[in-house]
Amino acid sequence: MTSTLLYTILSLSLLGGLLAVVLYLIAQKFKVQEDPRIDQVLEVLPGANCGGCGYAGCRAFAESFVRNPDNPDFFCPVGGNDAMKKAAAVLGREVQEQIPKLAVLRCNGSCDVRPVLNTYDGSPKCSVAADLYGGETGCSYGCLGLGDCVDACTFDAIHINPQTCLPEVVEDKCTSCGACVKACPRNILELRPKGPKSRRIYVACANKDKGAVTRKVCSVGCIGCQLCVKACPFEAITFADNLAYIDPAKCRLCRKCVAVCPTGCILEINFPPKKQVTNNE
Amino acid sequence: MSKTFSIGGIHPKDSKFSRDKSIEEFPIPKRVVISMNQHLGMPAVPVVKKGDTVKTGQLIAEPAGFVSAPVHASVSGVVADVAPYPDFLGKKVLSVVIDTDGDEWMETIDRSPEIKHEITATPKEIFKIISDSGIVGLGGAAFPTHVKLTPLEGMKPEFLILNGAECEPYLTSDYRLMMEHAQEILIGGEMMRRVLGDVGGIIGIEENKPKAIELMKRLTANYLQWEVVPLKKRYPQGGEKQLIDAVLGRKVPSFSLPISTGAVVQNVGTAYAVYEAVQKHKPLITNVLTVSSSDPSVQKNYRFRIGTPIREFLSAAGAMDKEGHLFQAFVKVVNGGPMMGKPVSNLDGPVMKSTSGFVLFTEKETKRQEEGDCIRCSKCFQACPMRLQPYLLYQLAIAGRTEELDENRVFDCIECGCCLYSCPAHIPLLDQIRLAKNISLKNKRKK
Amino acid sequence: MDKLLISPAPHLHSKDSTRRIMRDVIIALMPSVLVSVYFAGLSALLVLVVSVAGCVLLEHLIVRYLMKKKTTVKDLSAVVTGILLALNLPVSSPWWMVLIGCVVAIGIAKMTFGGLGHNLFNPALVARVFLLISFPVQMTNWTVANSIFRPDKWELPKNLLGAQGQLPDASSGATPLGIIKEGLANGMTMETLSQQHDFSYWHMLFGHIDGSMGEASVLAILAGLLYLLFRKVIRPVIPLSIVITVALFSGILWLTDPSQYADPLFHLLTGGLLLGAVFMATDYTTSPMSPLGMIVFGVGIGIVTMVIRVWGAYPEGVSFAILFMNALVPLLNKIKPFPYQKEVSRG
Repeated sequence: MTSTLLYTILSLSLLGGLLAVVLYLIAQKFKVQEDPRIDQVLEVLPGANCGGCGYAGCRAFAESFVRNPDNPDFFCPVGGNDAMKKAAAVLGREVQEQIPKLAVLRCNGSCDVRPVLNTYDGSPKCSVAADLYGGETGCSYGCLGLGDCVDACTFDAIHINPQTCLPEVVEDKCTSCGACVKACPRNILELRPKGPKSRRIYVACANKDKGAVTRKVCSVGCIGCQLCVKACPFEAITFADNLAYIDPAKCRLCRKCVAVCPTGCILEINFPPKKQVTNNE
Repeated sequence: MSKTFSIGGIHPKDSKFSRDKSIEEFPIPKRVVISMNQHLGMPAVPVVKKGDTVKTGQLIAEPAGFVSAPVHASVSGVVADVAPYPDFLGKKVLSVVIDTDGDEWMETIDRSPEIKHEITATPKEIFKIISDSGIVGLGGAAFPTHVKLTPLEGMKPEFLILNGAECEPYLTSDYRLMMEHAQEILIGGEMMRRVLGDVGGIIGIEENKPKAIELMKRLTANYLQWEVVPLKKRYPQGGEKQLIDAVLGRKVPSFSLPISTGAVVQNVGTAYAVYEAVQKHKPLITNVLTVSSSDPSVQKNYRFRIGTPIREFLSAAGAMDKEGHLFQAFVKVVNGGPMMGKPVSNLDGPVMKSTSGFVLFTEKETKRQEEGDCIRCSKCFQACPMRLQPYLLYQLAIAGRTEELDENRVFDCIECGCCLYSCPAHIPLLDQIRLAKNISLKNKRKK
Repeated sequence: MDKLLISPAPHLHSKDSTRRIMRDVIIALMPSVLVSVYFAGLSALLVLVVSVAGCVLLEHLIVRYLMKKKTTVKDLSAVVTGILLALNLPVSSPWWMVLIGCVVAIGIAKMTFGGLGHNLFNPALVARVFLLISFPVQMTNWTVANSIFRPDKWELPKNLLGAQGQLPDASSGATPLGIIKEGLANGMTMETLSQQHDFSYWHMLFGHIDGSMGEASVLAILAGLLYLLFRKVIRPVIPLSIVITVALFSGILWLTDPSQYADPLFHLLTGGLLLGAVFMATDYTTSPMSPLGMIVFGVGIGIVTMVIRVWGAYPEGVSFAILFMNALVPLLNKIKPFPYQKEVSRG
């Protein structure tokens, strides 16, 4: 009885030990030589694997970055400047700080200002509706409100506001990864700089029809009057196809364009309300 | 013995309520909006400008290249505008707008009603007339007919098949054309048969049209080159590939043209237009459409002038009240048949060369039900006439996996709608697959 | 202004819906349900009611409160699972055992995978096998149906009180398959066994034979099959391939030695084979999508069933066989449909 036990223990231990040695040797022989810095860079990256950097996951980004650290285009939007500084430090380098951005919706046509002309009954996806026709309203450039952007966001940073029927971006959660921008079939989501104190100004309209047509279908659409272009002291506003566009690089947030816009399609975000000019002053 | 295609298919109710309503001449509208984009291929280029006076049948736009077709004035009057006008879906398309003034026809057009039997034109002449008359496939695709009748490199046509299946429910325009103008259809078909090089001629008609089958059989009794083939009532029997499979037993290979099987398919309406063009010198400016619904008072067939606003048909057919609003019961107007037709959002949009009809639906008949989970029943796979796996293509389309979509032949989808029709979970299969297919075709063409 | 409805084609839809299909399955199961209640009385009714109520309630609770979605019980799939689970259990099953079965069937086999359409294994069978392994005694306590009209069947059933139902005229009955497994192992021949026990085919058809609630009456199952085929709910491919495989397999064995192996008709009519072939193997979610896959599926079930029946430790193998082939279904679904011609075919 004991001899059987002894033999079993001995033979199994021997077998186990032998196989362990074999496994070790094979692991050593076929080991993939890798730059240890890749793992170090991976440590400092957020690990969201969102693809916002343009690479297939954080590991792919780390591998490409280590191989080519001088390329200024590397940027992890989720980790931001902190992560990039640490990643560059691993390679003993410094990296240029990039401006924080976030997603902005270039449409302000909520349910109350954009009359609905028909009822959409197809698959509730913006891509399907946009492929079929102009949408439930008369504006064939504006937001469809079906939420492809919400589905695409992996950071829970964009939601459809049931009152306005438009998506709203949560400032703190948006990492400017660009997933919603890619998902929008109308291309009206744009990555713009957050701005100093989170303040920014942009034209919340993408309608390229003539002013009279735009006015009929939406009361806050850009009618192409070009008053903003004339008012801007920094030549930050361009005009093409009956639509104004503010270049975020040139805009100094002076708000002169907002004051002259007759339809209110230029939005100023996070500014304090303008002081009223009283008779005494 | 009725023939049919071998893969997939569904059996919706054929709802051919307007089958016995003879074609009525629709009154000429006050204004027509004639789109330059009436066919597949490059849009035509206008040759008239604002203020020009035109006669009925006069050339108003030239073809832009080989895969294109000319457009002719469907009324006489003054050109009010040449500009983008919204179509039935609200999309702006370059159009020639004519304010009607009387109905003065071009002198070259023979307006006599007698049927001209003798074919004196040579195949070459017939081909040229077809090309110059702006004839396009009137089955719905609007593919320029002369292009289809031009043999491709290495492909020899063996049969001309006239498509009299009309498998879409509700539509009866082709049927009425066959009942009232069978002779002319045959003459037009005979002309096309000669253009293709004296190939065999077949007319395929679904067996829910027994009178038409009988009539055609009687008329072709003395023509050895022509054969009438009755087809089982099934959707999509009228699809080109399915028709060729049923009539000849040949299957069109994946991502190939039907001509590769030696068959050229043309709608019976196209054959009629060819007859009118060659024997009466009349370009394509009129066609027949059906206005139908489940309401017995809204079931008509009209011969119309191209460019007439849709609203006028609905009003004349009795679907509108005195103020000109659609009766509340009708919630949807479909341009075409219920399986492949497009919804109408702009009732002022004009009709085109290949418009086959309008179907009006009540909410109960057409409102989509709530989507559920896929239960893996494979009814969509059983229904697909192109042997595709819609449940798989749907998942791949949502995930955006373009390579696998191509591997699974998404480009072979004919958008017939059998999959969405059969899905018990009401999953919007075709909606997503259509998008994926268009992206796949775009990518293929880039290469 | 007319506010028209806009959606992409097609604008018509068949009358089919998930709920309708489930309703048809419930109707097809009614003959079997009625037969079991007729022969076994209140005990059977109790098992059915507990099973269906348990499954429906559990699915509602899980979907509503755990997954925080709209309730899905309206599609009737939980009802079908409940009935199938009940038909797989002995009439005398205690109510707590049935409830445990519900938890396993709905909670584990269906909901953890994601709900309707996402499960890999047939929920009712997973529950049955789980119970078989956990409570072998209760699960093999079959009723003894010596007479058609059992005197005590309308009395308050013992399984209501949680005790294992002991029947007055009971010797622990065994199913015909159980009898031959034990008997052949003890050296008896088929002839002696059939003389000692009731192996009448008529009784198997009509349901006087011991077994789980659903496997007793073959005619009831066949009635259900005809209804399902008529309503185009299932295709005959899977049941046919299972039945043909079993018939061939058992036929070959029987022809070589009729004293050691039962004949094909015996194998076809006993056990849960027909119940499994018609109702369990044809479950949409857990069976292949293409006809070729279905044939392989059916043949596989037939082979594994027979192997377990003849050489395995258990007298009945259908449940295990179906679960085994369920695991292979994702692989079978990779079989592409016969490719749409690459070259022109002249018919």
